[in-house]
Amino acid sequence: MDRRAFLATGAAAAATFTFPAILRAQSRDPIRIGFPLPLTGTFAAIAADLQRGAQLAHEEINAKGGIMGRKLEVLFRDDQLKPAVGAQRTKELIENDKADFIVGGLAAHVQMAINEQTKAAKKLYISVSQSDEISAKPDTSPLTFHEALNPTITSRAMAQFGMQNIGKKWWVVYADYAWGKQNNAVFSDRIAKLGGTILGNTPYPLGKPEFSAHLPKIQAAKPDAILAVTPGADNVPFLKQAISFGLKKEARIAQPLHFLFYTKEGGAEVFQDIYGATHFCHELAETIPESKRYVEAFQKKFNQPPDAYSTYGYSGIKEIARGVELAKSTDSDQVANALRKNREYNHYKGKQYWRACDNKSFQDLWILKVRAPQQVKGEWGLFDVVGKVAANEELERTCAEKGHA
Amino acid sequence: MILDVPLSALAAQVFTGLVLGGILVLMAVGLSLIFGLMTVVNFSHGALYMLGAYVAFTLLGVTKSFWLTLILAPLVVGTVGLIIQRFLIRPLYGRSPDDPLLLTFGLSLVLVESVKVVWGKVGLTVDPPRDLAGAVNLGFMNFPVYRLFVVAVTALVLVGLWLFLEKTNVGLVIRAGTRDPLMVRALGVDLGRIWLLVFGLGIGLAGLAGVLAGPMRGVYAEMGVEIIIECFVVVVVGGMGSLPGAIVAGLLIGEIVSLTTFFAPKMAEIVVFLVMAIVLLVRPSGLFGEAGLAE
Repeated sequence: MDRRAFLATGAAAAATFTFPAILRAQSRDPIRIGFPLPLTGTFAAIAADLQRGAQLAHEEINAKGGIMGRKLEVLFRDDQLKPAVGAQRTKELIENDKADFIVGGLAAHVQMAINEQTKAAKKLYISVSQSDEISAKPDTSPLTFHEALNPTITSRAMAQFGMQNIGKKWWVVYADYAWGKQNNAVFSDRIAKLGGTILGNTPYPLGKPEFSAHLPKIQAAKPDAILAVTPGADNVPFLKQAISFGLKKEARIAQPLHFLFYTKEGGAEVFQDIYGATHFCHELAETIPESKRYVEAFQKKFNQPPDAYSTYGYSGIKEIARGVELAKSTDSDQVANALRKNREYNHYKGKQYWRACDNKSFQDLWILKVRAPQQVKGEWGLFDVVGKVAANEELERTCAEKGHA
Repeated sequence: MILDVPLSALAAQVFTGLVLGGILVLMAVGLSLIFGLMTVVNFSHGALYMLGAYVAFTLLGVTKSFWLTLILAPLVVGTVGLIIQRFLIRPLYGRSPDDPLLLTFGLSLVLVESVKVVWGKVGLTVDPPRDLAGAVNLGFMNFPVYRLFVVAVTALVLVGLWLFLEKTNVGLVIRAGTRDPLMVRALGVDLGRIWLLVFGLGIGLAGLAGVLAGPMRGVYAEMGVEIIIECFVVVVVGGMGSLPGAIVAGLLIGEIVSLTTFFAPKMAEIVVFLVMAIVLLVRPSGLFGEAGLAE
């Protein structure tokens, strides 16, 4: 063997030994995650953000050689925010596209429909939006994991922070549907337990943002603070009407959740001083190294900062990858067991963990307050982080209360 | 005090009801006018109200003037109304009244989806002009200046409409056309042009309602779906085809919704249908309606 032949063989051998993951990834079938989400419909903007987070996780995993040397594929499907469509897409993902796992769903009722399909097909499902029922009996299953916060945790946390920092006498305005009613019930209950008063509440039909007939009554009651459960397109009209009637000057306003995109759309003038909870905001990058890495990677790929729900998509995909690596298998039961046994994880904001009885993720959350227009930093710096509520099972119903023996 | 409620609170409630009613009146007057003259049940009225709000959003961006927008946007939407009447409704003349109903229903779906394509799926926000921002103390409550302005515009438009119908020759023909179209034609009047005009006028009023509602309720594609149902209730309660009926019933429904919201918020959605049911039982042709108009 001459010197040239030796070098060529050596280089080839080195390449083989250095990149075994890539070679193996190319040699076997990819691992497939099905991801139904409402790309059209009222929540389209949040869905797009959720999808970006999942895309980032997908790209990062494959850049590191995939999962167990196999490439990862994420298959996004539009569920149109309709339970029947969500069920149909999930069934197709499992039966036709051979998805090994399902992550996704962005509304309580669609999650349920997806979950029925994954239960029937015995596939692991990580749900990534708010719902109390998804992790409680009779709907949940040992293969159903819930990454997101839920109304109980969100509203208990807001009640606790609110009593300490916002006011003692409250009025609740809520959209008269499942998520709104749950928030009203949980929040009112907690405020009473903590020694506060609910002066009254105002249900209104979701998607009908005319509040003028409600406002004089609220003003007459003189609450310290208002919890406004006015999701989606109702959010800005509610605040604008509260401003035009002078209510925003008379009482402080909190809402269960803040979304960066909606707040930006409405503007700091409308949202100034409004409180809201979140499990993530890009401002956390200033204090948490994991969040800094996440926000920078996201910004680089999409040229805009992440909103909160992107992290659910990101974390959901990463948890599947972690579970498969731990279980050394793509079998849903084995992956679920592996996740329950190795319950701690940390993908973008510090430690989170799965509670064994209900596969519910417990995680830190934060209370935000919107900055005054002159204090907004750049295009996207709308939030001040004014409080942190550490992961805490007291904020959630107990295993027994949720029907888990 | 009435029922343990301070009078000032009731006055506040009556005042807010006036604004709710004002928007309904603007919508119902057009709807009723169109039905009265050509027995077309225009299901796309809500979608055109929504279009008015979106057109206003865009015009506001271009002209930077709320006042110019307030005049231009209803004209743009009214023109769309003319086009709809000329090219979609007119070919259906002489067919069953169900045909234009189905056509306009389909049209409303098309309009909602088209608006989403053009302006996006996320709702937009419009600010009232600086001069009309803020609230004014009415003695019993702080009331938004913009809402007072909406009441004033509604009143002005209604007075204008009344003058037009009562004092002009065209108004005379319109009123005659509502009573007996065959006779009016026999007298040599080209009713086709009158129908075109009235349709455009009615749609323009819906557009105006949309422009006015935008700064209060936000601009979003589904905004017409909710209001069209209440508008039909107003027209039925007032009597189909009757202008005074549309005005009285519009204000009445606005007040009923506002007061019910005060005493029993959960009932506010149902009560309008309850009122409609009662009116239909007692006066099947509506408060101001004449029997047999739709036959």
